[in-house]
Amino acid sequence: MALAMHDGSRRMVGNRVLLTLLIAAVAGAALLPFANLSPNRLVSGQPVMLWQALSAWQLGGLTLIGLALLLAALSQPLGGRASSRLALIATLPLLALDFYALGDYAHRALVDASPAARVSQGATFWILLFVCALIAIDALQRLRLGLARRALYGLAALAIVIACFAGELLAPLSIMREFANQRDNFLDQLVRHLLLVAGALVPALVVGLPLGLLARRRERLRNGLFSVLNVFQTLPSIAVFGLLIAPLAALGKALPWLGDLGIGGIGAAPAIIALVLYSLLPIVRNTYSGLAGVPGATLEAARGMGMTPRQILWRVEIPLALPVILSGLRIVTVQAIGLTVVAALIGAGGFGAFIFQGLGQYAIDLVLLGAVPTIVLAVVADFALRLLVALSRPADAR
Amino acid sequence: MNGTIPGVPRLRAAAAGNLRLGALIVLLVALTLGMAQLEPLFRALFPDLGNPLYRRDSFLNLMLAHIGLVLVSSLISVVVGVAAGLFVTRPAGREFEPMVSSLAAIGQTFPPAAVLAIAVPLAGFGFAPTIIALTLYGLLPVIQNTIAGLGTVPATTLEAARGNGMSASQILMRVELPLAMQVIIAGVRISVIINIGTATIGSTVGAKSLGTPLIAGLVGNNLAYVIQGALLVGLLAIVTDLLFERLERHYAFGD
Repeated sequence: MALAMHDGSRRMVGNRVLLTLLIAAVAGAALLPFANLSPNRLVSGQPVMLWQALSAWQLGGLTLIGLALLLAALSQPLGGRASSRLALIATLPLLALDFYALGDYAHRALVDASPAARVSQGATFWILLFVCALIAIDALQRLRLGLARRALYGLAALAIVIACFAGELLAPLSIMREFANQRDNFLDQLVRHLLLVAGALVPALVVGLPLGLLARRRERLRNGLFSVLNVFQTLPSIAVFGLLIAPLAALGKALPWLGDLGIGGIGAAPAIIALVLYSLLPIVRNTYSGLAGVPGATLEAARGMGMTPRQILWRVEIPLALPVILSGLRIVTVQAIGLTVVAALIGAGGFGAFIFQGLGQYAIDLVLLGAVPTIVLAVVADFALRLLVALSRPADAR
Repeated sequence: MNGTIPGVPRLRAAAAGNLRLGALIVLLVALTLGMAQLEPLFRALFPDLGNPLYRRDSFLNLMLAHIGLVLVSSLISVVVGVAAGLFVTRPAGREFEPMVSSLAAIGQTFPPAAVLAIAVPLAGFGFAPTIIALTLYGLLPVIQNTIAGLGTVPATTLEAARGNGMSASQILMRVELPLAMQVIIAGVRISVIINIGTATIGSTVGAKSLGTPLIAGLVGNNLAYVIQGALLVGLLAIVTDLLFERLERHYAFGD
């Protein structure tokens, strides 16, 4: 580490990661369109490059931000921490400008276009957004800020994004018009998506946690149990959904009261059953390894204090295993959010419904209306559960 | 790991494993080539269906197309992923390691189906978006496990290799890569299994695969098509996973 720092002070470029990101952003902006302008929602439009889409002051602002980032990448005249601080702060106006310029261009371009004309975001918009996130990740890793300051930065970035979406700024964009058309439907599918995930996670936890405990208490069962559960993880989700349809349809027909409960060949029932099967392995495996990670000496001490096996389980083993068990919950939550997309193919609904409906109609914006929120949902769930895992660790181990 | 199991039962378990894998491979080949022979069975199971056997393409063609999709994308993923993992663990690229690691971790939270859908506006419909999505997604576990695998090589071992006068490239080829191989292969296994699944959904963006009869069956309400596609792709995934399990064990040290 000391060597690297010494080396860094002699090099002209203090932060090669940042420089690489800058070069990638400039190359992307030079070659790929910032937006697309098309006569209607189904045809692909003509590309609009960054310098065509942005007004003079926006281009000037972007250049200034670029220069600030370039300065942050050099080792002189700023030092390491000051550079990273500058880079981190520069991501905020970059984020705001990326959204603002796109919305502003859409407003200007559509003033005297036909009502059917659409403006959609191009590759350069995504690249700038992505580069922004990567610069922030790099700067945050270098600065090693405390939780409070990281949260402050996160809130500032979130406030910018919310402000962009709250007003009329992005309303003329094609994807937002798609959203406006589907507003009620969108909320329904969001709720449906979340209900499917929750409907799978609750039974998976109810079955998986005791199974993990059983695997720990009866080590001989472990290998067999793990390899059976691993088979489900291996099978492609759509195959499991498909294979469950026929038996469930037969069951629904044979026992009409089940059919009345909504259990039939297609819809939520096969989706939830398949999601539970997928979720079991990570939960069982992490419960097992969390419990197995409790030191023998700790258990010995608990027994020596006269604790009953039940007390040891609840007051010693489970609290110590909790971070690992919660990591398992994080894995299955993110996985279930993704698999629920595929469940739309068997009529279970959720955001996947927009994706596959859009693919069927060649309506790219409808596809994105399903895909982008799913990704956001998965990333947010991952982040929130990582936070929970960190909080579940004893204070001195965080 | 299984140190408590004495030798003979362990050999017996290995023989049973071989038999199971062999039987599954025979079943996979037989079903791929002979699905048409099962038409009477599907007719009996689904008497209401006018056409209980998928005929728009042979199952052999679909199987080869599916394997082709996964093979092409996985080859690119492995070459690029291992190269990236090597770069960020060498002195020249170490600065990029935290960034690449967190990118690989965050990227894997993206749902594969959503990545596939997002590839469509970039590459249109058909073979290309599927290959792009499979390659990008397949990269992440390979990078992650290459970094992790190389990280498990003890510093003292590297020290000893240097002390023996080995050059940096000799250390890489003869010490680091062999020791990291099991973990790297575990990463390739995860990537290939995910890609077999995602290639199935690839038929919704117009790439031919074993998902084609499956999706056609779901759309056209023909459960026989669904079962034919699902059985073959499920078997393909299980056989591939078992083969990788074997490969991983081959590179295990000290077991």
